[in-house]
Amino acid sequence: MGRKEEEVADWRLTRVVSVQDVWKCYGKVEVVKGVSFDVEEGTTTVIFGPSGAGKSTLLRCINMLHPPDRGTIFLRDVDLMKVGSKINYYRSKFGMVFQHFNLFSHMTVLDNVSIGPRIVKKLPEDEAKRIALEAIDKVRMRDWCSHHPSQLSGGQKQRVGIARALAMDPDVLLFDEPTSALDAELIGEVLQTMLDLAKERKTMICVTHELGFARSVASEMIFMDGGTVVETGSPDHIFTNPQNDRTRKFLSRLTELYGLHGNKKESRMA
Amino acid sequence: MLEYLGDLLQGLVITLELSFTALAIGSVLGLLAALARIYGARPVSYVANSYIELIRGTPLTVQLFIIYFGLPALGLLFSPTFSAIVALGINSGAYQAEYFRGAIESIGSGQMEAALSVGMTRIQAVWRVILPQALRLALPSWSNEAAYLPKYSSVAFLVTVPELLARAKAAIAYNLKPMEVYMVVGVIYLVVIASLSKVLDIVYEKYKFTVE
Repeated sequence: MGRKEEEVADWRLTRVVSVQDVWKCYGKVEVVKGVSFDVEEGTTTVIFGPSGAGKSTLLRCINMLHPPDRGTIFLRDVDLMKVGSKINYYRSKFGMVFQHFNLFSHMTVLDNVSIGPRIVKKLPEDEAKRIALEAIDKVRMRDWCSHHPSQLSGGQKQRVGIARALAMDPDVLLFDEPTSALDAELIGEVLQTMLDLAKERKTMICVTHELGFARSVASEMIFMDGGTVVETGSPDHIFTNPQNDRTRKFLSRLTELYGLHGNKKESRMA
Repeated sequence: MLEYLGDLLQGLVITLELSFTALAIGSVLGLLAALARIYGARPVSYVANSYIELIRGTPLTVQLFIIYFGLPALGLLFSPTFSAIVALGINSGAYQAEYFRGAIESIGSGQMEAALSVGMTRIQAVWRVILPQALRLALPSWSNEAAYLPKYSSVAFLVTVPELLARAKAAIAYNLKPMEVYMVVGVIYLVVIASLSKVLDIVYEKYKFTVE
């Protein structure tokens, strides 16, 4: 409403998520202290920063797993702090991928992916299965449908985690350090899946330290430290011309560890 | 020789009725108490906790006597068998609650987060994701309770339920062979419990899975 017509016409300028002055504390510890940013349709936003910066907490505020203490989140024009018990419905509009996968251990790969469409969207069994298989194909796990999570490698688990999120056809995908629990040689397959999604113009918010990934697909990078946003900008800006000293220092440490263009695998092999 | 065996086996039937009914009641109570304690609002959680502590802190015989000998003073008169089943069920529930609670709490918070983030309600998440895993994890310790009840149900003879031990005492009063009769009773319990354990082992092997 009130948007200029050309903005509506251009998908890149349609705001999907708006984080507005979000604060969150656990007990007496302030973890997120007044973070604001917008996410446009079809873009990838990368959030990075030292551990304890509040990145994962911020992601959990965005889909209201842990609702903010102050501030709010808009999903399109819906204020998520005001939807009350309908929050489960809106939460399903965010697909979340976890650092430790969090696959349902007692279910097969197919059930892990189809349970959302089946239970939450209440689709008939065969329809849910069809949607699940589509998502499973997308992450190239079709041959593993009847396996349980314990029979998969970390990279495969994470791909199933991505499929589970995709099966709900979410408006936004949230990635919480999706590769940091993986062995170096398994990171590539997960990053490739994420790259594919970014290229398909899925709207993504990724907490990650994979700088190569950030550089090639991020539209916006957000550097967080101590619960606040220190610096934001395009990858070009962040990598070549960071304004803040803390950003510079953190980037140089990361680059040392991981290499700028690649992931752990390449830097370890070098 | 063993002319009292038929009588003992009749007692065994009552013992099994007592213990399995109590086990079922205890499972329902235990599960509800565990869920109330973990997920309930503070007053609900408090009630569940009080139940568990009250029952675990007092002897089963006292609980049984209160129900059978005490409640009639309040106008509640129950048959011996009914009293025994209620006492055993309530008692078992308190212990089972702790088995279930341990199992539920051992399921990482990530499972709940994942279920919620798919869009499930908390109730759906508990029902579809947490409980199916927790119940399997609880099975080995729960089987403790299943093995324990048939033996502990023998307290029912104190309120004149004609179960296995009561029949044994009656047989001894008649034939004056306590050693022989008690040995036979012991063997009967042993056979029952061993078969039960075997069945539960098979169930566990069938449903066990690896937790993430």
